[in-house]
Amino acid sequence: MPLPALTGTKLRERRLAAGLRQSDVAATAGISASYLNLIEHNRRKVTPEVMERLADALSIDRQALAEGKDAVLVADLRAAAARGGEQGVEVERVDEFVHRLPGWAALLVTLDARGLALERAVEALNDRMTHDPHLSQSLHELLSSLSSVRATAAILAETPDLEPDWAARFHRNLHQDSERLAAGAEALVGFLDAGQGIEEQGIAAPQEEVEDWLRGRGWALADGEPTAGLEDEIARLASSAARSLARAHVARAREDAAWLPEAEFAAALEDLGSDPLAVADRFGCSPLAAMRRMAGAAGMQAGLVACDGSGTLIFRKPATGFPLPRFGSACPLWPLYAALGRPMQPVEARVQMAGQSDRRHRVVAWGEVRHPQGLRGPELREAAMLILPDDGDGPVTRIGSSCRVCARGDCPARREPSILASEGVA
Amino acid sequence: MAQHVLLIEDEPNIAEAIRFLLTRDGLRVSHAAEGAAALALLHRDPPDMVILDHMLPGMSGLEILSAIRADPASRDLPVMMLTARGRDREMAERAGADRFMTKPFANAEIVAEVRSMLGRG
Repeated sequence: MPLPALTGTKLRERRLAAGLRQSDVAATAGISASYLNLIEHNRRKVTPEVMERLADALSIDRQALAEGKDAVLVADLRAAAARGGEQGVEVERVDEFVHRLPGWAALLVTLDARGLALERAVEALNDRMTHDPHLSQSLHELLSSLSSVRATAAILAETPDLEPDWAARFHRNLHQDSERLAAGAEALVGFLDAGQGIEEQGIAAPQEEVEDWLRGRGWALADGEPTAGLEDEIARLASSAARSLARAHVARAREDAAWLPEAEFAAALEDLGSDPLAVADRFGCSPLAAMRRMAGAAGMQAGLVACDGSGTLIFRKPATGFPLPRFGSACPLWPLYAALGRPMQPVEARVQMAGQSDRRHRVVAWGEVRHPQGLRGPELREAAMLILPDDGDGPVTRIGSSCRVCARGDCPARREPSILASEGVA
Repeated sequence: MAQHVLLIEDEPNIAEAIRFLLTRDGLRVSHAAEGAAALALLHRDPPDMVILDHMLPGMSGLEILSAIRADPASRDLPVMMLTARGRDREMAERAGADRFMTKPFANAEIVAEVRSMLGRG
């Protein structure tokens, strides 16, 4: 049985380290120098007997030449090549690849595994959308109720000479169907919202994992909470990327807590209200830190979104009646982006979210610029927007969640059509 | 004598609305809410056309359509299917449906389609 792959490479390394010539080692082991050359370049598999003689010639332990980890890598790469159809892949040089570029080889294997996992997740989701009996039944219920409402309402509206008994029946039907429609819509939203856990869905971005974890803890990290307990929770997150993000979040929360200690922060809120700039001024910290503390404060009912310089949402704590996009970019009309474009200038607005009837929010946004690598390093921007319950009067800015699910028909900032019927077309 | 439409629809309020619309348009409408009753009615009182919902309890609309097409007496009977999704429509087309109406439908559309299928202009 041949020895694990890459034994030849290991042999060559050991021989060179010992300062021995190929011909001398070959002679001691009783093989030709050209054969040893082929072995050392992983072009020939070597039998256990020859291996033993070579190990003796080099005065090394034969087991030390067995590279289990690399052998697994080689096997995984071969499997990946087979899945990819092997077109143009130098399968015969896989040992050399693993030896020369072990990091890249490991990354390729990781990506291949991730691709496989995603394929399975997509299949599962596709299957769920197609065959999920609950979803299918809910949609059927909604469509049936909607069809009945539409037909009945049209009869009532378009038949002026409708006999009273027919009118009464259709009014009753309309009432029944509107009740069914409301119940069906509520059930469907509940199903899609709560749905099944992230683990069950098998697909979630690391950021979503972290947000799901924070949601489970009420979005709060107590100031004196032992790190060990938090670390136990973080260790249970599914992906290493999520664990890394969670640790960064905890570190930042600790920094924020150091700037704004719990008791003093509560007193400041009492004195100053929900004004992150005033709070930041009292503690001499960044308004972004004050906003993060406010979002975690129990009783404030504040949501918070933060974005980096690209506008990508890097933190999302929802507020009631202010749906946040799960995928893609948010509404470009959010004051968050005005703050991103005008750093160090607060932006405050009263906003009304599309599809949320008369509910309004007061939002406060703030952006900052950093140069963590100094004058010659890149400029980094970050902005955050605190989402508070509406508490006053004034002009209202009409915004949405994201274009895809926003029905505003007269929006000058729309970048793609909505999947919903438009509303408010001027 | 009024032309006869057999309506196979399990949602009573939709059935009532369609029955009202077609009756006012001068047609006779009989109604069944599920497959076995529909096929029995079809034999007992043969209609001039059928309006068939896709999603029904028990026998599905496609199974009823297959039964209609398998019977020499009703093989050429005009059938309009009420469908919800594009894929349902493809399946109904393959099963031999003549026309389709997607839910939620407009009243004027369904009346016009029925008139057309019955050759009433």
